[in-house]
Amino acid sequence: MSNQDVASSDDSHIYRDIVWNGVWKQNPGLVQLLGLCPILAISTNTVNAVSLGLATVLVMALANLGVAALRNFIPYEIRIPVFILIIAALVTVVDLAFNAWLHSLYLVLGIFIPLIVTNCIVLARVEAFAAKNDLRHSIVDGIAQGIGLVAVLAVLGAVREIIGNGTLLGGIDMIIDGAKPLQLFGEHYPGFLVAILPPGAFFALGSLIALRNWIDARAAARNRHAPPPAALPEAETSAA
Amino acid sequence: MSENLETAAAAPQGLGDAEVPKTGGLYTLIERLREQLAYQPVLLGIVALAASAALTAASSATSGAIAEAQARDLRDSLAQVLPQGFADNDFLHDTVSIERDGKPVTIYLARKAGSVAGAVFKVAERGYAGEIQLLMAVGVDGRTLGVRVIRHSETPGLGDKIEAGKSEWAKDFSGKSLGDPAPERWAVKKDGGVFDQFAGATITPRAVVKAVKGGLMFFAGHRAQILGGSQ
Repeated sequence: MSNQDVASSDDSHIYRDIVWNGVWKQNPGLVQLLGLCPILAISTNTVNAVSLGLATVLVMALANLGVAALRNFIPYEIRIPVFILIIAALVTVVDLAFNAWLHSLYLVLGIFIPLIVTNCIVLARVEAFAAKNDLRHSIVDGIAQGIGLVAVLAVLGAVREIIGNGTLLGGIDMIIDGAKPLQLFGEHYPGFLVAILPPGAFFALGSLIALRNWIDARAAARNRHAPPPAALPEAETSAA
Repeated sequence: MSENLETAAAAPQGLGDAEVPKTGGLYTLIERLREQLAYQPVLLGIVALAASAALTAASSATSGAIAEAQARDLRDSLAQVLPQGFADNDFLHDTVSIERDGKPVTIYLARKAGSVAGAVFKVAERGYAGEIQLLMAVGVDGRTLGVRVIRHSETPGLGDKIEAGKSEWAKDFSGKSLGDPAPERWAVKKDGGVFDQFAGATITPRAVVKAVKGGLMFFAGHRAQILGGSQ
């Protein structure tokens, strides 16, 4: 599994592409649109959203690591059961660890930690990236994709919480003792319920996707007369 | 080695060169083994075994801490429905079990100086969206000491005001008993009772009122058994 033969000058460029793919170009929440179930369900407030996002980062990094390490032994025909076994075992270990050592967070995230298994973004990255790339690239890809997801979750959670409740970081006292959520519109904000209900999740996510596409379109229009930038490697979106 | 994976996944190889040098005995050995029919099931078995081993290790490493955390959770929520300094015993391990509608209910006994001063138990009622589970404490005089919602799936922003963290509503039950208010006034105001409903949510508080009333009736019906401290 040695990576020595990869030219080091090439390396930093590869890592930059991997990170850029995860955070922007192939953002799991806004472009690949994978793992929507947890994204929409848990993003009613920032604390829940970011906590689940970070748990997903951990699982994705470990799953990519495990699969990249074993990729040369796994026959194509049985790769999916093997991947699922690895991911499910990892998630269960993370679930147990949260329950034992981060118990207050565990109470908040509840059912959503085991559900990371069914988050297709984990399987998608394992299948599309870790099965074909070396250890270090795969770990970075898992973390970068995870961070892209956390960023989307954080923005969605914050927007829905601010509009719906008029607060930010509600429930932070579950994680940091004595910390208080921010009341943005004063005590008597009546709340705008639809933002917290499931339809609000779709409205907010749709707006975010539109915003991202608009930014990309503007950048493309600005670059139309300029020479095209060095082609970024096409990321693999065919999975799941 | 990984040609299989690469050719089969339609997406182009994106980043880096994953090819591992095919040198060393291990790789030739595996190359040979892959041709065997048994390779796939055996590999799957090995992975399953490794996963089981990891789970066993994780489970035994965390079981103590998890049991502790759950006991702490239960103790905390029990303590929240009892007034401060109400009990001086370890009520977590001082319980009786009584059947209610064919299901055993665990009743935690709060004692002061040895004699039972109150009982804490769970009640449940169907709310607007699924079951609402409550923990309630009743004193020996039959008055409610405290009520707290421990699990529900009511509409956020409407029905979730029954949660202690979201509103003071559940405190209205403290001090109420079956005779005070009168049984027909054990309802939300819309139904001619004494308890507030919420704007936009009547079903949820109605269910909670019904659950608490049912809990008080259950306590009254089994008073001797509960206060006797054993079945």
